Amino acid sequence: MLHIFCPHCGEQRSEEEFHAKGQAHIARPLDPDACTDEEWGEYMFFRDNPRGLHHELWVHSAGCRKYFNVTRHTVTYEILETYKIGERPGVSEKKAVEQGVPA
Amino acid sequence: MSQVNRLPGGGRIDRSQPLTFTFNGQTYQGYAGDTLAAALLANGVDVVGRSFKYSRPRGIVAAGAEEPNAVLQLGSCEAAQVPNVRATQQALFNGLVARSTNGWPSVDTDLMALVGKVGGKLMPPGFYYKTFMYPQSLWLTYEKYIRKAAGLGRAPTERDPDIYDHVNRHCDVLVVGAGPAGLAAALAAARSGARVILADEQEEFGGSLLDTRETLDGQPAAEWVAKALAELEKMPEVTLLPRATVNGYHDHNFLTIHQRLTDHLGEVAPLGANGVRQARQRIHRVRAKRVVLATGAHERPLVYANNDVPGNMLAGAVSTYLRRYAVAPGRRLVLSTNNDYAYRVVLDWLDAGLEVAAVADARSNPQGDWVNEARRRGVRILTGSAVVECLGSKRVSGARICAIDAQAGKVVGTGERIDCDLIASSGGYSPVVHLASHLGGRPQWREDILAFVPGPGNGVQLRIDAGAVNGVFSLGEVLTDGYRAGAQAAEEAGFKAVDGSLPKAEARREEATVALFLVPHDKPTSRAPKQFVDLQNDVTAAGIELAVREGFESVEHVKRYTALGFGTDQGKLGNINGLAIAARALGISIPQMGTTMFRPNYTPVTFGAVTGRHCGHLFEPKRYTALHRWHLENGAEFEDVGQWKRPWYFPKPGEDMHAAVARECLAVRNAVGILDASTLGKIDIQGPDAREFLNRVYTNAWTKLDVGKARYGLMCKEDGMVFDDGVTACLGDNHFLMTTTTGGAARVLEWLELYHQTEWPELKVYFTSVTDHWATMTLSGPNSRKLLAEVTDIDLSNEAFPFMSWKEGQVGGVPARVFRISFTGELSYEINVQADYAMGVWEQLIEAGQRYGLTPYGTETMHVLRAEKGFIIVGQDTDGSVTPDDLNMGWCVGRNKPFSWIGRRGMNRADCLREDRKQLVGLKPVNPNQVLPEGAQLVFDPRQSIPMQMVGHVTSSYRSAALGCSIALALVKGGLKRMGERVFAPLADGSVIEAEICSSVFYDPKGERQNV
Repeated sequence: MLHIFCPHCGEQRSEEEFHAKGQAHIARPLDPDACTDEEWGEYMFFRDNPRGLHHELWVHSAGCRKYFNVTRHTVTYEILETYKIGERPGVSEKKAVEQGVPA
Repeated sequence: MSQVNRLPGGGRIDRSQPLTFTFNGQTYQGYAGDTLAAALLANGVDVVGRSFKYSRPRGIVAAGAEEPNAVLQLGSCEAAQVPNVRATQQALFNGLVARSTNGWPSVDTDLMALVGKVGGKLMPPGFYYKTFMYPQSLWLTYEKYIRKAAGLGRAPTERDPDIYDHVNRHCDVLVVGAGPAGLAAALAAARSGARVILADEQEEFGGSLLDTRETLDGQPAAEWVAKALAELEKMPEVTLLPRATVNGYHDHNFLTIHQRLTDHLGEVAPLGANGVRQARQRIHRVRAKRVVLATGAHERPLVYANNDVPGNMLAGAVSTYLRRYAVAPGRRLVLSTNNDYAYRVVLDWLDAGLEVAAVADARSNPQGDWVNEARRRGVRILTGSAVVECLGSKRVSGARICAIDAQAGKVVGTGERIDCDLIASSGGYSPVVHLASHLGGRPQWREDILAFVPGPGNGVQLRIDAGAVNGVFSLGEVLTDGYRAGAQAAEEAGFKAVDGSLPKAEARREEATVALFLVPHDKPTSRAPKQFVDLQNDVTAAGIELAVREGFESVEHVKRYTALGFGTDQGKLGNINGLAIAARALGISIPQMGTTMFRPNYTPVTFGAVTGRHCGHLFEPKRYTALHRWHLENGAEFEDVGQWKRPWYFPKPGEDMHAAVARECLAVRNAVGILDASTLGKIDIQGPDAREFLNRVYTNAWTKLDVGKARYGLMCKEDGMVFDDGVTACLGDNHFLMTTTTGGAARVLEWLELYHQTEWPELKVYFTSVTDHWATMTLSGPNSRKLLAEVTDIDLSNEAFPFMSWKEGQVGGVPARVFRISFTGELSYEINVQADYAMGVWEQLIEAGQRYGLTPYGTETMHVLRAEKGFIIVGQDTDGSVTPDDLNMGWCVGRNKPFSWIGRRGMNRADCLREDRKQLVGLKPVNPNQVLPEGAQLVFDPRQSIPMQMVGHVTSSYRSAALGCSIALALVKGGLKRMGERVFAPLADGSVIEAEICSSVFYDPKGERQNV
């Protein structure tokens, strides 16, 4: 069971208090109606499935109800950092840095 | 029956406490302090079970968790049945009832053994796969008999009388195992002031120190154990958990411990001092800053012909039975070994006054201290030799010892036959690496000790290994290693380690082990008598070689093909031997072969312990409305809606559900009914941007909703599919009250927060769940205005208080918000009061309502009434693939709102605009007395051949008392353009119900009744 540091509560809490909400940094297109079906489908349905570091969105659902981001290793399940919405990850795979992870 | 194998003195048993137990119907005696296995051996019970595949007689092999054969069924009555109990880990108690799990008609004379004798060669690995493949249709028949023939116990069919519980713990250092390394580690960590948990699976702490012949400070080692425990018990930060198996090492240093609290006392937990039944077992869920792994090592048996005959045991286990339980499981011992440490069994055997027939040592010239002591005491040692074959069938009668060339895997010379009734074997020691590999850590081979040790924790496991599991075997070094590990763990957890004293172990010269796994036989492996590798699964050396010949080269494939390591013992004895044999057959080294991985749990855990208190009425939380007591007192039947208990209908004496619902429906249509609607989700939304936020999350427009008004809204996901609905009222310019479906309340709140926190944090708006704060009572029906007027000061006239508006005022003498909204199509008021006033208000309404024919109704009537009006229930009439247009609810979509609200882009995808999508329509069965089953699939042509082309399904279906016919809602392909056409529901029984497609609004299509 993961031990997750909630950046809002400032505490390590057990996984049971949280819900995972999928990949982080998926920004809603500013003008959805300008998107083609393909672009909208990309936004809606396509997600990374990396072997390694992954930036994820979590919510402290049975705690402060705040959303935040987690950088987690998908093989070892290590959590390298948690950070608030709007902040950029401090830890990234080299490749992810080159491609530019949106905040 | 007397305890024929009990030694006259010694052991850690309490001879003043004799205990009676039965095994396979026969009554025996043992002593307090015995395990069931020790007591069986004491009574000379050789055969404890029949083997899985060949039904060969099997006896006790080991003394701990690694026991493969003595896996028994416990329980004197049906409710107390426990399968898969290892007799070596079950403490004896008075009245214990145990049985073998297979063998027919009995374990001593098993007819199935003929299969093993005659058909042994006919049952190679993959036998079942190869033989019972065809015809496929018969597999279910085959399977029944195969399972009966195998069998490792059965589950009880009656309710377990015991309770089990879970406890969460946090510690600085968790020490796994309380042998010499674990005790030393616990002392080091505890002395630093760290919070320590020490867990051990056995009945007593001490591990190998409880039966070793070695001394500490010149005293029996067990005396130091007592001293160490006395010190630990005094420390307030130390928790000692005996009978507690650390079964799982999970993510982020979270470990699960299965503690058997009362299994040693009886088959049902006794009552505690308070008269309440004690918990029988407990799962400790531990988050540890550091873990010291001191799990020790399991002795490996040697693999030789007929090594499964009862009377073949692990050398160390024989010592344990002798010294700890004062049981001699034989009279005349032969030892086959490749190492020095195993010689302790010879010395212990001599000390007990018993006879050692011979020792076969695979090494050419062993000269260790214990070897030489055995020589001095006159033991015949045959060097460069091994037991190649066991003689006997239900009990060892002799051993054939040959000179061998271990390197070449050949027998040299003819050897000799030595009479004996017990063969102890030792092929070296395998560190118990299981927990270290639970998170994927690969064990590493060490050629110097011929064993796998745990791989590095790599930060994934914050773990320090100590003692035998760490490849450190001599007692003095084990203690030092344990102390070092405990001190390091404490330091890493933020404590200052302190020096402390450790007892002195005697120095002893020990020589290296020689690699020997499969003992060669005169005949090739495939022709030799069976040489068992995995006793629980009847996997032989020949089977593994065959698997390799058939092309299974990966250790994982060999495992799955042969079932090596599959049993309840998870290959604790056989795995290393098995992969050594496979590696040899492939001509590669053991590290090249690699090892299979271990997963939780280390030993089987009962379902009771897994479940804990989460069963019966505590299985799931239950939510009750403030009016629940009234519903109970008035005979309501209840329905589960999410976690809520909602009144389903209120039957009068003699009424069935159908009659009650019909009566309730007519009462609402003709007079007035009252519904407890408190469970609807309510979210209080405040802030200057609240209105803008609603515009973005609802499909319809909220800009022009005035204070005092309410509006129905649909919510979609980004894909354009409906996911919730409800009425939202404008309480003030910056203040709204949103209602959600009962089951969707939490989901919707999390959804609103998601968009507010991650997409539009600039909007000033706050959400608060107020579901439980307000109780909601719905008055519905033509008499509702007259009734409500009797208990309120609000002007209820249609002009002052029109449909889709709300008022604040007094109802029943307390402050209330009254919403004039309707889910029935009738004149309707939803009265909201503070939840703790609800009962008083409700009772006043019931009292005043007597004059107006007020009838309480439940969710079933609510469903019928709303279906008559074609009002949807999200999750019943929708399933996540339905757009507002599919529901014919385009009127509820604000296509011209400036902001691209959630769902707009999604519902404009090409596929969502198709005209032949499934659309919500009404259905009227042609025979008005036939009710379509909900979920029934629909076709346009019932005469087509199977598989038919399905065009939709029934989502809601009821008998309508008001209309005098049955009605249904259904999703039908292109249904909105098929009004008047027929659809057919072919049912499983072969009958077909024919129905006409019609408008989904069956009752009062102009909606006049709610506007009066």
